[in-house]
Amino acid sequence: MSLRVGVVVFPGSNCEGDAMEAVEGLGAEAEVLWHGEATTRQVDAVIVPGGFAHGDYLRPGAIARFSPVMGAVADFAEQGGPVLGICNGFQVLTEAGLLPGALQKNRGLKFLCTTATLRVDSCRSVLTSGLAPGTVLRIPINHFEGNYTADPETLAELRAEDRIVVRYVDNPNGSLDDIAGICSSAGNVVGLMPHPERASHPLLGSTDGVALLQSFLDAGGAPARSTTPGGTPERHAS
Amino acid sequence: MDTTLHRALGLTDEEADQIRTILGRPPNHLELAMYAVMWSEHCSYKSSRIHLRRLPAEGERVLVGPGENAGVIDVGDGIAAAIRIESHNHPSAIEPYQGAATGAGGILRDIFTMGARPIALMDALRVGPLDDDRSRWILEGVVSGISGYGNSVGVPTVGGEVVCDPTYTGNPLVNVACLGLLPVERLVLGRASGVGNLAVLLGSATGRDGIGGVSVLASAGFGGDDDGAKRPSVQVGDPFEEKRLIEACLALLDAGLVVGIQDLGGAGLTCATSETASRGGVGMDVDVSAVPLREAGMEPFEVLTSESQERMLAIVAPDDLEEVLALCGRWEVRASVIGRVTGEGGRLRILDGFEGPVLADVPAASLHEDAPRYDRPLAAPSAPAASPPAAPSIADPGAELLAMLADPSWVYRQYDSQLFLNTVEGPGGDAALLRLKHPTTGRDTGRGLALTTDGNHRWCAVEPRRGTAMVVAEAVLNLACVGAHPLALVDCLNFGNPEHPQVMWQLSECIDGMAEACRALGVPVVGGNVSLYNESQGTDIDPTPVVTVLGMVDRLVRRPPGVALEAGTTLVLLGPHSSDLGGARAAARATADGEAPGPLPTLDLALHAKVAALVRRLVADELLVGVHDIADGGLAVALGEVVARSGVGAEVPGVDDPGVLFSEAGSRVVAVVADHRVDNVLALADAADVPATAVGTAGGDRLVIGGLVDLDVTAVAAAWRDLLPAALGWR
Repeated sequence: MSLRVGVVVFPGSNCEGDAMEAVEGLGAEAEVLWHGEATTRQVDAVIVPGGFAHGDYLRPGAIARFSPVMGAVADFAEQGGPVLGICNGFQVLTEAGLLPGALQKNRGLKFLCTTATLRVDSCRSVLTSGLAPGTVLRIPINHFEGNYTADPETLAELRAEDRIVVRYVDNPNGSLDDIAGICSSAGNVVGLMPHPERASHPLLGSTDGVALLQSFLDAGGAPARSTTPGGTPERHAS
Repeated sequence: MDTTLHRALGLTDEEADQIRTILGRPPNHLELAMYAVMWSEHCSYKSSRIHLRRLPAEGERVLVGPGENAGVIDVGDGIAAAIRIESHNHPSAIEPYQGAATGAGGILRDIFTMGARPIALMDALRVGPLDDDRSRWILEGVVSGISGYGNSVGVPTVGGEVVCDPTYTGNPLVNVACLGLLPVERLVLGRASGVGNLAVLLGSATGRDGIGGVSVLASAGFGGDDDGAKRPSVQVGDPFEEKRLIEACLALLDAGLVVGIQDLGGAGLTCATSETASRGGVGMDVDVSAVPLREAGMEPFEVLTSESQERMLAIVAPDDLEEVLALCGRWEVRASVIGRVTGEGGRLRILDGFEGPVLADVPAASLHEDAPRYDRPLAAPSAPAASPPAAPSIADPGAELLAMLADPSWVYRQYDSQLFLNTVEGPGGDAALLRLKHPTTGRDTGRGLALTTDGNHRWCAVEPRRGTAMVVAEAVLNLACVGAHPLALVDCLNFGNPEHPQVMWQLSECIDGMAEACRALGVPVVGGNVSLYNESQGTDIDPTPVVTVLGMVDRLVRRPPGVALEAGTTLVLLGPHSSDLGGARAAARATADGEAPGPLPTLDLALHAKVAALVRRLVADELLVGVHDIADGGLAVALGEVVARSGVGAEVPGVDDPGVLFSEAGSRVVAVVADHRVDNVLALADAADVPATAVGTAGGDRLVIGGLVDLDVTAVAAAWRDLLPAALGWR
């Protein structure tokens, strides 16, 4: 049976179809997790996709974090399930407190759609476990608020725990320490501004996103890193 | 009669008389307001309609031609493509951000009204020179508006144009095109039918924004003291509302819950209710008190003519209403029953409560179809001087080339160009190229759709007829450069004041030129938009027809070569040689008044078709390293762009006539060919009866063209890259 990937849809999300197409291309089954339903059902992995949840009104992710589904996503993450926030999804995860720091407006004060060069700096996340450190990837970015920031303690902690997953080789948006993506302490929750699903087909100009998504799916297929004794895949019971 | 009211609403005395004849009585204020918006130039095409009939609209793939919300083409595999272009010139001149944003919003609604999911936007922008403060403000605002709205609503902007010229200083042009896809069987038309069915208003509440947008704003020129007072006629957009509206409407159509659907654009509720009723041959009762309002105290005429954005009108059977409301609720889209389809002899009645007093009672079709049609006087400009003007002298061709290079990426990097994983060739190339996937199953057809947007006011000012034919031809060649053959064209005709006979002559000539080129190249015109009264201080803009052409790549397995150059390759000129500077940008820059000299170079449409077919073949057979069409700025700019983009130098010897450098004669491309394939390419050109000449080689770190140009590649690249951001103060 193939892996089940839940893709969260808020009003205003727009990359959900792309995320589903990309993981289905790798053999997974994708399904929508509706923002108003407080469940992640029986999925093996969760993607919070890009877009403009609730129009990005107030602040990207500021309204979406209160959606019923986000409580279920937090539970899923707590139980070790792999969670990937892409672009607006990364912003939502930081607002929801699943990842530290915040994304502010780009240094150039303009929306930026281009292809960025990234370097994989940590392989302890579910997104990068299948890649070698130092791997260079060409992945599109597409955001106005992608300028990562965090307080000095948080940055020190991210560095000390090897949680800075990917960095920009040529920082396009002013992100602190060139950070393009980070992960949680356990490595199962990852957020990044670049869009791996947009680098998933030769006709799109890059297939560098495939290795990232494949790692993520492999993590979803691995036995759950449950926090409960006995290691049963607890998350499937919710 | 009292002339003040109808004149204030933009109606002439004769038009007011005609309304009186239709009704058999004097119209009341509400009725007059409804006729004023529907009979505006913007809504009725009253000055252009008799000319538009001359455009060829037929083609075997055409499912829906002009006159509906969008043209629809059969693109195979059970998929239809809906395409449309529209102007939002006047609103963008007054309030650039919202003008452009709502231009994008409006064109999207035209597309999903047909049942199609919008998959791509293109925008063609024309403003004054960037040393003018106001032109910079307009360009930045327009780009921000398209970025802010298009990105958020979730439709990629895959291409467009940016042109800066003094002719647009007082009246910028913002033309936005949209492409959508639908399963053929879901095609819906904006028709009401079934007496007793309900008219349900979806989306935003109605406010006082955009009142008189089509009449006060879009159907009059600029230059008076009251331009600033027109600002309330500009609508305000909300992309988040539009995003939910798109999803809700497509879900309603998927579920088969609507009989007909129509967007609310120019002329608001008046247009949507009268058009759906008139097309369906029925009547409609509209309860003005049932329309959700943003503010208290709105008069019925304001409710009926407001252009508040993000609204749709769905015609629904009463039994389906509950399900419609539930589905809209899921997407948090407001839905209110505001009307009923009636059999009352095709009358559109506006009521205060369904059982309340009748506020207006008019034949629906009279608003939609009985608008006056004007055969306005035409006058060609006085004959040109007996002897053609001397060829302008271009003192420093290298400097001239550098001044004409402009990388538009400062603009298009602000647009999401990649959403939906379709974008094979995005903005910046000759044409955009998208993977064609089924809109509901997502199945990849292995084919591609290409889009290009083109215009050239300089050519059309010199000779509107041939200039427009050259614009169509250029668009077809742009498609060929990504391997696509043309399927259909939509046009946006931006002209000055139609009450000026010379402007009407330009419009008429342009339509004839477009018709000639479209017939010769086999491209049906499936829709269009006419924007008149583009004038400022009494001066009309240069005639600016803008075309968007949709094309297809039958087998899309590799990315097309693109505007690329590699060291050690050969540069081959495909198409005729020319040194004719008629209509050329470099020639205009060299004259004192900035006007390009005429006449235009000849255009052989039969040869053009052969060149386009050859280029398609060379791209499909993967025989090219790079390819770029020769148009604005001629061979010099084409070479400058490939050099700047690739960082590789080139040498083209034996050129000593600036005319060869800067001629904009059509039917020509620069092909970049690996040495071992040059003979093959020349032989194919010979067999296709297309002139082809190896003109130079790529490599080194200089761009050298005969004895005229000798520039460092880094200087070429810097000039190209920096022009736009530097002019705008961002670098």
